[in-house]
Amino acid sequence: MLGLNKQDTRLLLLVVILTMAAPFILNPFPEGSAMAQFNAGYPDLMQRFVIFGIFAIGFNILFGLTGYLSFGHAAFLGIGSYAAMWMFKVLGMNVLPALALSVIMSGIFAVFIGYISLRRSGIYFSILTLAFAMMSYSLAYSVLATDMDGPDKQGLLQKGLTGGETGLQLTLQDPRILGQQTTAEGNIPVPSLFGLEMRSAAELNVGDWVFTFSAGYYFAAFVMLLSFYLSIRIFRSPFGLVLKSIKSNQQRLNYTGMNPKPYMLAAFVISGMYAGLAGGLMASMDPLAGPERMFWTASGEVVLMTILGGVGTLIGPVLGAGAIKYMENILSKINSDILHTWFAFLPDGLEDFVVAIIYPFIGKGWHLTLGIIFMLVVIFLPGGLVQGGQKIAGMFRGKKAADEKADGKTTPAE
Amino acid sequence: MDAIILQILNGLDKGSAYALIALGLTLIFGTLGVVNFAHGALFMIGAFCAVTFSRLLSVSHEVAVPGEVDFLGNPMMRDVPYIYDILGEATGAAVIDWAVPLSILFAIPVMIGIGFAMERGLIKHFYKRPHADQILVTFGLAIVLQEVIKYFYGANPIPTPAPSAFTGSFDFGALLGFDPGSIIYPYWRLVYFGFAALIIGAVFAFLQFTTFGMVVRAGMADRETVGLLGINIDKRFTIMFGIAAAVAGLAGVMYTPINSPNYHMGMDFLVLSFVVVVVGGMGSLPGAVAAGFLLGVLESFASMPVVLDTLPGINQIIIYLVAIIILLTRPRGLMGRKGVMED
Repeated sequence: MLGLNKQDTRLLLLVVILTMAAPFILNPFPEGSAMAQFNAGYPDLMQRFVIFGIFAIGFNILFGLTGYLSFGHAAFLGIGSYAAMWMFKVLGMNVLPALALSVIMSGIFAVFIGYISLRRSGIYFSILTLAFAMMSYSLAYSVLATDMDGPDKQGLLQKGLTGGETGLQLTLQDPRILGQQTTAEGNIPVPSLFGLEMRSAAELNVGDWVFTFSAGYYFAAFVMLLSFYLSIRIFRSPFGLVLKSIKSNQQRLNYTGMNPKPYMLAAFVISGMYAGLAGGLMASMDPLAGPERMFWTASGEVVLMTILGGVGTLIGPVLGAGAIKYMENILSKINSDILHTWFAFLPDGLEDFVVAIIYPFIGKGWHLTLGIIFMLVVIFLPGGLVQGGQKIAGMFRGKKAADEKADGKTTPAE
Repeated sequence: MDAIILQILNGLDKGSAYALIALGLTLIFGTLGVVNFAHGALFMIGAFCAVTFSRLLSVSHEVAVPGEVDFLGNPMMRDVPYIYDILGEATGAAVIDWAVPLSILFAIPVMIGIGFAMERGLIKHFYKRPHADQILVTFGLAIVLQEVIKYFYGANPIPTPAPSAFTGSFDFGALLGFDPGSIIYPYWRLVYFGFAALIIGAVFAFLQFTTFGMVVRAGMADRETVGLLGINIDKRFTIMFGIAAAVAGLAGVMYTPINSPNYHMGMDFLVLSFVVVVVGGMGSLPGAVAAGFLLGVLESFASMPVVLDTLPGINQIIIYLVAIIILLTRPRGLMGRKGVMED
């Protein structure tokens, strides 16, 4: 179906079903129960799942296929966000032109950065991409945020191209030539898809359960499915095979008379455009763009997601993005009071002891848990969660069945 | 002229920190062939060694002050550090005042211990794995170390003052014949620079003039042959890892009065130190040191008001810009050897 083989079609259908039913799946606990805080089915978080999923899918096309580890991919995320914001400011609040400009702008930057960075490989490539991303961050933070209108004017560029530390925000004075400048109530309009507001949502009450269906989530999920489908096609295409051969043996590829450079640049640009798309979606869901989106920690985050889920696999990056965002939002909310209520059945001294042991790993310390899990994954499961899942499945089905799976070839990244 | 000298001096202390971290990174890379993303965390742990040590010194107990009562009629209580009881009040106060330099003695064994534990416990298993895996696992370790420090010491910077003898500033202007007050430089930064020069010199001397250093250099050049000669090169490389950790830690200890330590200082320095190492050339010790000072001084020049007026924001990006230019024109960095990390 759609030019995919049977297995990939199954995978795609599975992902379609999972994303479409996410408001149900992620809300397994009734409202008001003690477990309700583990519900991840609220629009804000679900949107982040799919948006970072797109980001990670794109990163995986570069890192998973070619093995080039970019440590500055967040630059494209930031560029995409800024481009979308400018579209909202100048043209109107429709998300489609905003996303189009995000992808185009990040693509242009990716051609430039990729052309220069790809002249080196290994750690030099990582450092070059890092340097470009940090330069973008610093410029967005300082120079590009200076008043370019002049002191007497109050125009669009009053806070520069990027708005600096506070970030780029929408104002009532923005022209928005194709859309309305202000709503009927005199507020700043919200991003929408031909009138369907991104933050509008419908609620469904079933017994004690409350399910929220957000327009923004379904739009982002649709974009994510499209990008996922595209990434499957790239993985299975001759182009994808060339990229894989770059990873396994670039020299041999040279001997066959093929010049890997254009292929690598194409992979870099595609991957940068994915990041720009994710950035544009972030701005569409919450119209604000700040320079911290380009900081190297943001680049590190997508590396973590991809590795955690399984680098070089199709579904891995999406899983990794979901796992990290879930931890960031849910694990970080648990505090010591909640822990005490959980372990209240234990004798007092033991309860305090158990809580004291667990406490450093939750709440504000969730990064510690993330770091430990990440290290364990790198050490024992170079193929990430996907490999872990395959190993467990293999145990049930016997070894042979698992080894025969097409995605079982999760070679560690180089 | 005086402005230029001032900028050079200003660049030296940051350059010293870059050089020390980059030196350790290069030692680890040159000996073990491992790209250590947790090296910034070692710098940070060194800084927190100083914090811990000065806190240990100030552990105190309450003593009643004779002849004084508070408004309820209870005897007035005063905190007296235990060290006063051991060494007497004058010596004790001096020791607490000198806590940061004295922390060096505390930090060396701690850092070497941490280095050994890291190498034997984790890095050892990654020699045969690709460089990307080494980067990733040490990146994870850096996050873990950072969060552990954050858990125990909180997220706020902890002021750790230099000894009061070094609190003032030195007037270079008067010394060099310019107007007095034109080149003012804090004493502690001078100390830091001198300390960095000393450590760097010691590491180079150690590698150059001792038998141990000779074996290590031979191992860096050709590990296999040295191993075939019946020398346990792994053990020596482990020791070098400990030394590199100690260098990073000491850089951190002495940096505390310049910048109050916080849990993410390691990462802030690491990113720049990696740029320094790459600019200097992977695997080249002199390159790392030279690039460290060079970039430190360049950064300080770029923050001069004259430069900022013509090229706004250049101080933020100068290091990265230089890195990009050098990597494109000299692919192996300033002093890199052929065939290092090019696969």
